[in-house]
Amino acid sequence: MNQSAWDLFWTSLGPIVQGAILGTIPLALASFAIGITLAIGLALMRLSRRGWVSSIARVYISIVRGTPLLVQLFVIFYGLPSLGIVIDPWPSAVVAFSLNVGGYAAEVIRAAILSVPKGQWEAAYMIGMSHRRALTRIILPQAARVSVPPLSNTFISLVKDTSLASVILVTELFREAQQVAAFSTEFMLLYLEAALVYWVICLALSSVQSILEKRLDRYVAH
Amino acid sequence: MSPTEPIEPTGPPDPDAAPAADALLRVRGLQKSFGANQVLQSIDLTVSRGHVLALIGPSGSGKTTILRCLNGLELADGGTIELADELSVDFTTAPGKKQLAALRDRSAMVFQHYNLFPHKTVLENVLEGPVMVQRRPKDEVTAEALALLDRVGLSSKRDSYPFELSGGQQQRVGIVRALALRPKLLLFDEPTSSLDPELVGDVLRLIKELALEGWSMVIVTHELEFAREVATTVAFVDGGRIVEHGDPKQVLRHPKEERTRQFLHRLLFPF
Repeated sequence: MNQSAWDLFWTSLGPIVQGAILGTIPLALASFAIGITLAIGLALMRLSRRGWVSSIARVYISIVRGTPLLVQLFVIFYGLPSLGIVIDPWPSAVVAFSLNVGGYAAEVIRAAILSVPKGQWEAAYMIGMSHRRALTRIILPQAARVSVPPLSNTFISLVKDTSLASVILVTELFREAQQVAAFSTEFMLLYLEAALVYWVICLALSSVQSILEKRLDRYVAH
Repeated sequence: MSPTEPIEPTGPPDPDAAPAADALLRVRGLQKSFGANQVLQSIDLTVSRGHVLALIGPSGSGKTTILRCLNGLELADGGTIELADELSVDFTTAPGKKQLAALRDRSAMVFQHYNLFPHKTVLENVLEGPVMVQRRPKDEVTAEALALLDRVGLSSKRDSYPFELSGGQQQRVGIVRALALRPKLLLFDEPTSSLDPELVGDVLRLIKELALEGWSMVIVTHELEFAREVATTVAFVDGGRIVEHGDPKQVLRHPKEERTRQFLHRLLFPF
């Protein structure tokens, strides 16, 4: 690589990292937090004994998983205005990503809840707990341990998927790279640089995942 | 640790406080079906204060279902359960949440597979019910829980997680968890069936001590020798009915019913 390419690499790293810190990371964190909350609700709906409640959740999950995220993003940002609903780029992206994470994580959480032995519910009822209290104090903490690896995957996918927000004009990592690339015409360099920053973020997330798994595994025999 | 040492500060219900005939638990016409399969035909039984009822019988006979109905873990389809302090729950129509809660409040169960909470320490397992559900002061309950753990020889394990304990230790924690709820009636569901043979003795000895102290109990068990020694009454359950019941020596040594005789014979001479 020649000197001017290096210079461009270093000068463009600033805006790209800034895009990551101000765009990609908060977008991913906000969407994940809202998405997981939604997913717990959907998982409980799926487990409901009332058929229609379960069906609503099932249809929702099916739609989210059966349609491309890019299309969902376009429907919310470019489609809704024709119904008179105009949402800014940032909130549009958060809405789309949250709804998407909700659908994917719901099945993970549902499976994790089902993986807790029935005897745990019975012991919780035996000591006098209500259904809600048994769920929050006994079942969900145990389900959390099981769901950390798959939910980490969901989160890492989400971090990468936020690059799609660039098409609805959200200023994030990839859009910054695109702008510098268009200006300098060094496409290969800038897109590889963007890829590198995504990779570093995901490496950091993987180590957070293993710390979390160790912490939650402290009460399990190995 | 002497067998008569009272487990203060919990304190078992004093058997002398009430006449022996005073019924703590009275079950009438209890029925339960799973789909088309009627597992309990019509169960009648009575346990007096301070007495121990042992339920024996082949697997699938319904004895565990009886126990689970008493704690509301299974909802009976018919009959009534009367348990202490004028609580009467009628199952001909589905009872309300309050009635089920009252039933659970009065009894505590020890499970075959312990069912300790794996994400909580030994002490947290014991405190969970009294502190989080019964809302008793944490200091008081902790002191009581530690005394109970000490009594079963597990005070050094208070901060261990269940997976770090042997089966016998886990089951003793299960018993302490039940006692800490201050129930009127203790329910044991095959408490030693998942234990290695050499660990069975400790748990049975502890249950026997509790019986001698005057705790009222219903025990589902395959340990006939234990039932003979500890129970006030033995009931033989088969096909969802109580086939015969009475004094342990009489039922276990000189059963009146042919089915009881066959069952005992199979247990005594398995091959």
